[in-house]
Amino acid sequence: MLIEARNLSLDVPDMGHQVLIGQRRKLRILNNVSISLRRGETVGLVGESGSGKTSLGRSLLRLYEPSEGQLFFDGQDITHAGTAQLKPLRRRMQMIFQDPQSSLNPRHTIGNILSTALNLNGLDANEKSIAAILDRVGLPSTAMRRYPHQLSGGQRQRVGIARAIALRPDFVVADEIVSGLDVSTQAQVLDLLKGLRAEMGLALAFISHDLSVVRYLCERVVIMRGGEIVEEGATADVFAHPHTSFTRTLIASIPLPEVRPGWLNEAS
Amino acid sequence: MSPVIDIRNLSARTAVSPILRGVSLSVNAGEVMALVGESGAGKSTIAKAVLGILPAGIRVTAGNILFEGADLLALPPAKLRDLLGVRIALIPQDPLTSLNPARRIGDQLTDGLRLRAGLTRKQALDKALDLLNDVHIREPERVLKRYPHELSGGMRQRVLIAQAFSLKPHVIIADEPTTALDVTVQKQVLRLIRDMQREHGTTLLFVTHDLGVVAQICDRMTVLYGGKVLEEGATADILANPQSAYTKALLAASPRYDKPEQSLKPVPEALIAELKREIGA
Repeated sequence: MLIEARNLSLDVPDMGHQVLIGQRRKLRILNNVSISLRRGETVGLVGESGSGKTSLGRSLLRLYEPSEGQLFFDGQDITHAGTAQLKPLRRRMQMIFQDPQSSLNPRHTIGNILSTALNLNGLDANEKSIAAILDRVGLPSTAMRRYPHQLSGGQRQRVGIARAIALRPDFVVADEIVSGLDVSTQAQVLDLLKGLRAEMGLALAFISHDLSVVRYLCERVVIMRGGEIVEEGATADVFAHPHTSFTRTLIASIPLPEVRPGWLNEAS
Repeated sequence: MSPVIDIRNLSARTAVSPILRGVSLSVNAGEVMALVGESGAGKSTIAKAVLGILPAGIRVTAGNILFEGADLLALPPAKLRDLLGVRIALIPQDPLTSLNPARRIGDQLTDGLRLRAGLTRKQALDKALDLLNDVHIREPERVLKRYPHELSGGMRQRVLIAQAFSLKPHVIIADEPTTALDVTVQKQVLRLIRDMQREHGTTLLFVTHDLGVVAQICDRMTVLYGGKVLEEGATADILANPQSAYTKALLAASPRYDKPEQSLKPVPEALIAELKREIGA
């Protein structure tokens, strides 16, 4: 296993709880979650807003320190690892963000953004290597002199992907990376991701609220609700035979692009 | 039957480029019409033009927008004020930015009723209570005293639907009203919009990029690309047998959990290039 979480729980201070003295009440946002990914495997993390899917994704990257349970990366226990132990691993675990507009510095050129990522991780950054990375995500080398606002939404998301894969990571968390895109752009970006995954043997945690996209991209799927995993399995199986009524409802709520009289009136 | 909304040859542009290139479409009374397209298609511009809220940078260069026979683009401002927000209302996309964060739901919901329908404060509050009941909000008395951030996304969207229907408009423009919602909530909100629309006989112009949503709620659909109408017709016909190559490509690009192998096909670059040539971009 490349990445493995065992009985992971995550507590945060409850900001809605006012206290005069002492500690705030804790809010449990992940409860006893176990999940593992092999190299080259894509797992979809699915749920509605507030289900904990993003918190789980970030916990797998050890951006949050778990309150309970254990987290392993490539055999190392990193549950409570400090900065020094995590530093050499950071290059190998990357994240692609939902909104490339807010995750790319508007004052930096694309070339600058990519070379910063490379330099910080001790990798060689020159025009040739950056052009090669841009080419890999389907952008022209002239893009390196552009600023984020000069690119379209789809192109910006390609830059976000480029920054993550430039470091040749083993594990990538992609958080709702196609939800802000047009359908045609969404298809192109997913196509790109599929190619990169195969070529680099990435372990990919694909966070999405869109079950249709997960059905297309992921071999396995994890359905979350209220900070817990309610169902897990091979994507095709879960869609064919959902075990929980929650999963059934989620699937049945997706509108298909063909007229189905009465669909709206079906209980959900 | 004469159309409620009849847009004829509408063109609009910014200082640098055209946004609408001779759009014509008409919507009959009680009908739900979808405006479908990707970003830059002009669907939101059409919606804003009908509502009279085009941004300062966009100028209408030709055409008419007839609402029940009167040209909205030629009406004097006083006449226009009587129509917009009253006879023609909006359900916006983002319920959080469309509600004033510093005012209670009750105050915001009664504004229109007091200023436009001339109700007293007491009458308006009673009416607001009825409206919240109509959109299936539980404990409406409590919700009236809440601020927008205290409600869930689905609740906020219900409040805006109540507001849109409050003055009994003839036309409602729904601008991607469910894009920000979870799928299960989306289904409930779509059902609510459809039920209210049928009950009041409202004409609905539904702006969306989601062909799944179009299929389940819209009687007819207009497919736009680059400010031009590519195809128009009954939803069932177009989805089953699209005539335009772009509509076909959009359908193939749409995600489908029931047919994953046949979904999410990128729109061919050659088709985009051809479309751009055709519209003269």
